[in-house]
Formats: sequence, structure tokens, C-alpha cells
Amino acid sequence: MNNIHQYDVVVVGAGGAGLMAGLYASRTAKTAVISKLYPTRSHTGTAQGGVGAALGNEEEDHPEWHTFDSVKGSDYLGDQDAIEFMCEEAVTAVYELEHMGLPFSRTPEGRIAQRPFGGHTNNETGKPVSRACYAADRTGHMILQTLYQQCIKNDVKFYDEFQVLDLLLHKGTTAGIVAVELATGELHVFHAKAVIFATGGHGRIWEITSNAYAYTGDGCAVALRRGIPLEDMEFFQFHPTGIYKLGILITEGVRGEGGVLINGRGERFMTKYAPKVKDLASRDVICRAMYLEMRDGLGIDGKNYLYMDVRPETVNKYAAIDGRTNPDGSPYVVSDEKILSKLPDIVDFCRTYLGVDPVTQPMPVQPTAHYTMGGIPTNKFGEVVIDSRNKVMPGFYAAGEVACVSVHGANRLGTNSLLDIIVFGKYAGLRAAEYANHTDFPPLSDEVLDFTNQQLNALRNSTGKENVFTIGAEMKSVMFDKVGVFRTREGMTEALDKVRELQQRIKHVRLTDSGRIFNTELLNAWELGNLLDLAEVVTVSALNRKESRGGHAREDFPQRDDKKWLKHTLVWQRHGRLEIDYKPVIITRFQPKERVY
Amino acid sequence: MQVTIKIFRFNPEKDTRHHYETYTLEAAPTDRVLDLLESVKGYHDGTLSFRRSCAHGICGSDALRINGRNRLACKVLVSEVGDKITVEPLIGLKIIKDLIVDMDPFFDNFKKVLPYFINESPLPADGRERLQSPEDRERFDDTTKCILCAACTTSCPSFWSNDDYLGPSAIVNAHRFIFDTRDSAANDRLAVLNDMFGVYRCHTIFNCTEACPREIQVTKAIGEIKRAILLGKIK
Repeated sequence: MNNIHQYDVVVVGAGGAGLMAGLYASRTAKTAVISKLYPTRSHTGTAQGGVGAALGNEEEDHPEWHTFDSVKGSDYLGDQDAIEFMCEEAVTAVYELEHMGLPFSRTPEGRIAQRPFGGHTNNETGKPVSRACYAADRTGHMILQTLYQQCIKNDVKFYDEFQVLDLLLHKGTTAGIVAVELATGELHVFHAKAVIFATGGHGRIWEITSNAYAYTGDGCAVALRRGIPLEDMEFFQFHPTGIYKLGILITEGVRGEGGVLINGRGERFMTKYAPKVKDLASRDVICRAMYLEMRDGLGIDGKNYLYMDVRPETVNKYAAIDGRTNPDGSPYVVSDEKILSKLPDIVDFCRTYLGVDPVTQPMPVQPTAHYTMGGIPTNKFGEVVIDSRNKVMPGFYAAGEVACVSVHGANRLGTNSLLDIIVFGKYAGLRAAEYANHTDFPPLSDEVLDFTNQQLNALRNSTGKENVFTIGAEMKSVMFDKVGVFRTREGMTEALDKVRELQQRIKHVRLTDSGRIFNTELLNAWELGNLLDLAEVVTVSALNRKESRGGHAREDFPQRDDKKWLKHTLVWQRHGRLEIDYKPVIITRFQPKERVY
Repeated sequence: MQVTIKIFRFNPEKDTRHHYETYTLEAAPTDRVLDLLESVKGYHDGTLSFRRSCAHGICGSDALRINGRNRLACKVLVSEVGDKITVEPLIGLKIIKDLIVDMDPFFDNFKKVLPYFINESPLPADGRERLQSPEDRERFDDTTKCILCAACTTSCPSFWSNDDYLGPSAIVNAHRFIFDTRDSAANDRLAVLNDMFGVYRCHTIFNCTEACPREIQVTKAIGEIKRAILLGKIK
């Protein structure tokens, strides 16, 4: 076999977490970053509104407040040691990005500009606080570009358009990965002392999603098949404002700038559900409110969408009612130009896809599948932990959306995803390099490619008549309807049956491309297998959790139940079956209490 | 409505030369051309190969020639291009398979312009941000929007005739740093762009500006760099 590479550290994925890990690991260890996309195509680039850090550039703020807000936002399921660590590291991390040249928007004093975001509050007054550090509505784009630029500057080694297919293990430690080079179809073995997964989420399980085609859960699925558990997979975030039918994200920054959600009667309905912070409540709270409005026939024209209204006259009307002021105490007033300058991409999306100009017309929106709170369990240093006592697996690291630290618990606050990737990407890189520098290469077995070939050949040699796209469409539909914003035992059981049926049917899929070069048909089929396996884990985890918490809202168990369910779910795939266990939540400073906004 | 979509096809493992295939599909006026490509791949011909990821104009994967113009397939709606659509790969880069071209020369050019922030002076003593006024930040805002999709570079006749020309995208990315008041390596970048394969290959044809899906004023940015080279100063 020709294609064997040896690196101390191999990073899989080149979004924000992977690039940060690559930058830090490559300082002291021989490192490669492999990615199925060119790095700048990664999904980090689509993040819009901001990265959370208590810089206090616009008004008083403290990392402790950020910590509490994140704990509360997580519906007390987040591990508080990790949340506190992230929120304290946030300030340094954002300055570090600025020092790397990231072009943040600026305050009149020349400092990094900040805006309010859902769930971020002044802990004394309970009012929204400006904590999201932003670059217009392209913060993720700027982070991705800046980190990639720094990787070029620092000569980080990339394998672009290489897709991970397997994780190699040796006696409980990590030995590398297998990847396919898309341009040739050849398999490559990356023999490594440490492997960092930074492969992103799996929002493509659901029909309406803000997620990229690439978001097929490859990292989680590969790890699951190699005996690594997945944590809290029932918690998947729906974002309140996706463009109707398309799911494309309309940033929460729109509401940060004063936009409000409006129902079919022309009412600002969030006052009913979150009297204090209204349209800046947590995402799970707003999504449920939207569903309840639409269920009551209060969607626009009775349909399943609502309006996101950021027209200056609307913003100014409600800002006056709320008594919102600028930092200098003057009343908050926006103009057409201000909306355009702060939300240029949103304006562009609406014009392109809807023919709607948000400055003069409201935007039709519906909740859209957005973010994976669960994932590969790690501690706050990005080290993967594989049992209910948080036993560290030597040489395996995960960071970003693929990981579950857990800093997001049952519901992530907006801006904490960009924060997660830079903080935990960095620490995973540092730890992996340190580990690799004190470890020898584990041996590689002769059968390193067997499991990969077995999976690919099953797809290649299948003689059935099933269609990949049809199976995908059926999965997305049932998961969106039955394992979405609201859930019941009955609906989820139906979804689970369907997913298991589809897992059988994909074994009989018919592929027509027998080539090697860019065989995207084969890889899309493999990716769909990943999504199906993860849909099963999501649904099994959700069925088992008999309470409502954060993004997991059960109509048959509408209350949070801390006595029974203040714990993390762990799911293993063993002998073709899923097994469940639980582990305690780490609580340090904040005892759980009722969550109201 | 019914649309016919004619797609450039080339399978390097079977074909000696390319050909076109035409497919007839049911489509809505609000469908993206990318949706049509997905539909062809899903239900008509699984071997059709193209790149895509975010599907809303940010990742830059799906720059293609659509009815003769460089566009992102995810940012063009059927209502805009009508019921007869031709889709071809970008010009000036080697075709690997169907609509997929070799992007490496494009990224190699990008890397030549020192496309990263350089400032070796000490950081602020308090560890906080380097200050920059909103006006100074605005000065280079337009060129921060680049998503490296290559629509501009592969629409440029100068690039078609000689792919050693750095091309509009690389110059845009140099501009982003040259006009950033916090950066200190403008002269190094200007030196790269003053080369025979630099800005003077631009003959202000404006194809790039028309092609840019981010509406960057590409030709204007190139002009500002030419001016900076001529005058020996940045403003």
C-alpha cells in the first residue's frame, strides 16, 4: 500500500475548530489538516451574528455573567466547569483573533463592536447586554478566512478534499485515520499519535435546515462505529429564523438590532412568552412560541410561517415601547442605512431568494434545524472521554460542533458556537501536540483498510433498486415532523421505525457511478448512512429522556425533571444495537432553578 | 414549470472528449440552479459530479458558467435564467470531471500575495485590540467579502490567456490587507503585484466585477492598487 502518511497530529476538518487546532498543534508537532472541502468552504463561514465574549466595549459586562447566561441557556445541562472556562477564555480568544487581523466592526472609539444576542443579559437588570463581537453579519466568514490565512502564513500542511472514512485504534489508543482522496478515489492511511476530530454537525438529518450539504455527521458516525459513545444527541437546536421553506439562516443579530417577530394578526407575540427579554429569549423558547402561534392558526395567512420584521419603523416603534437606549443614554433609533450596513448579507439573501427587501418588507421565517449540541464527549481540554466516569481515551480529541464538552447542554446560546470552536479548537490542538510529543507511534495492523473497504464495497456491490435521494428525503421528512421542535413518544416511535426501515433499505441502494475520480455518488451514499445512524441515536436518546429540557420539548412530559434527568445521555453502538447509559452533570456555582426570560 | 437543462459532461475514466447531456425537469421559479443539479443527480444520472456545500452563496463551492456567465449555482434562481439553462465548468482551469475543475492553481495564486495579516510591532500593552476607526475599517470592507469562489478570475480574458497572471481574486485579497491600517506589509504585497504577472495584466474589462457573486467592486480594487504602485503611497 503506497498511501501511508505519518504525522504526530492529524486534524480532521478545516472549519474554525480544525484550523485553530491545526495552528496550535503545528507549533510543536508535525501536523496535517485533512478536510473533505477546501478549508474556506467550511460551514464556519456561514455563521453570521457574532462571537460571544464579555469585553465590555459597549457597556458593563463580565465573564461571570456570560457564564451564568450560558448555564441558564443550557437549561442547566451544561457542565459548569467547562462553561466557566470557555467564558473566561473568551476574552483572550477574541483579542487573539483581532491580533491575527480579523476585521471586526468597530465602535466609535475604535474598539471591537458588540451587539445584543438572545439569552445574553446584564445579570443585575436582566436586560439584554451587548456581548456578541461582530463583523457585520459575516463574523463566521471573517473567522474562517482569518484562521485559514494564518495557517498559510504558518505553513500548516493541508490535505484538501480528503474525506475521513475510519478511525484507527490500537489497544484502546488512537493510531490514525483512513481517508479517501476525492480527486483519485484512492484510500490513504494517516498514521498518527493523536487525532483531532473537528468535522462539524449533522443538521442534514432534518428537512428544513440552515446546514450545508457537507454537514453529514461523518466524525460522530465514524467514532460511533469504533465504539466511542455519543453524548446528549437528543439535543439539537432549531433556530427560530430560517427563510421559509429554504431554511437559510437569518441571524439572531437581526433581533439584536431591534427586529421583532410578528404573527398573522400583526402582533409582536414574544411579549407573551418572554416578557422580560421578548425577542431576545433563548432559541428553544422562541421556536416553541412560534410553533404554538402557528398551531393556533396565527401563522401568516394561517400558514406555517411568521414574519421577522426589521423595517426601521417597526424597530423604532418597539425600541421606544421597550425604552431601549444607546450606550450614551439617547433613544435607540435606526435608519435604512444602518440596517443595510449592519446586516448586508441578510438583505442580500432576502433579495436573492425571496425577492423581499427587508428594509421595506418583513421576512417570512420558520424554525430551521441548526446546531448539534450533542456529539463526541470531551472534557474542557478537548480530550475525548468514553465512559460515565469521564475516562480519557489516549490520543483522541474532538472540538467544535462534533464535540460535546458540554458547554451548550440542552440549548446553545447564540454566539457560543464561534466561541466554542476557537477556545476548544485551540486547547485540543495544544493537548494533542503535547500528548504526541511524549508518545511513540502505535503500530498499524495489516488490516487498516478492511473496515473502510467493507463499508464502501457494500454500497458499490449492492444490487438493489433503492434510490439514495428518496431514502434521504424520507428520513428528513419524518425527522423534521416527529423529532423536531415538539416531540411525543408516539411520533418518535414512528420516526425510529422509519429510520430503521431506511437503514435496511440503504443496503439495497443502486449506484450507477463505478468510477474512482470524484465519485460523489458513492460518498453521498456513505454520508447518508452516517446520517441514518445518527438519526437513530438522536431518536433513541430522545425517546428515553422523559422530560422537557432546552431543545428537547416533549408534549407528553412537558416539565423539566431535575430529580430524574439532570444527567447526560451516553449512547454506544455495540454488536449492531444501541446501548444507553448516563453520566452526572458537573455543577459548580449555579444550582438549577426555573428558567424564565 | 418545465425546464430543460443542458449540462457539460466529461468522465476522464471513459471519455476522450466532453459532450453535453440535456435533461427535462419539473421546477419552480424559486428553485436554485443548484436544486436542479441535485435533482438531475438524484433522479436522472447519479454519475453527474459537481461541488457544493452551503447552498446559499457563502462557501464558494459551486461557481459555474450558467448560460454563459460565471455564477454560483446556489444563487441563481430559475425565474432569473428561464426554462432553458446551460451549465458548464469554469474556463481557464483544468477540467477534472463534469463540472469539477482543478482549483489548485487558483489557490496557489492566492497564496502568492501574502494573503495574511502582518504586523510584527508589539501588541497593545493591555493585551486588548489594536484600535481602528470605523472609517479606517470601512476602507477595505468591500474586499473582505471575498469567498474565493474563482468566479472573477475565471471570467478574466487575461487569466485565460496566461494562468501565471495572479488574477482578480488574488489581487482582491491583497487589497484587503494593503488598505488595512493595522497591517504593515503593504509594500511587500505591492512589490508582488508590480510584477509582470501582477496588476498590469488587468485591462479593465470588468468581467470580474460583473461575475462577483458578492458584488465586490473588483476592477475598482485593482485600480486602487495600480494607483498605489504608481504614487508609491496608499490612500
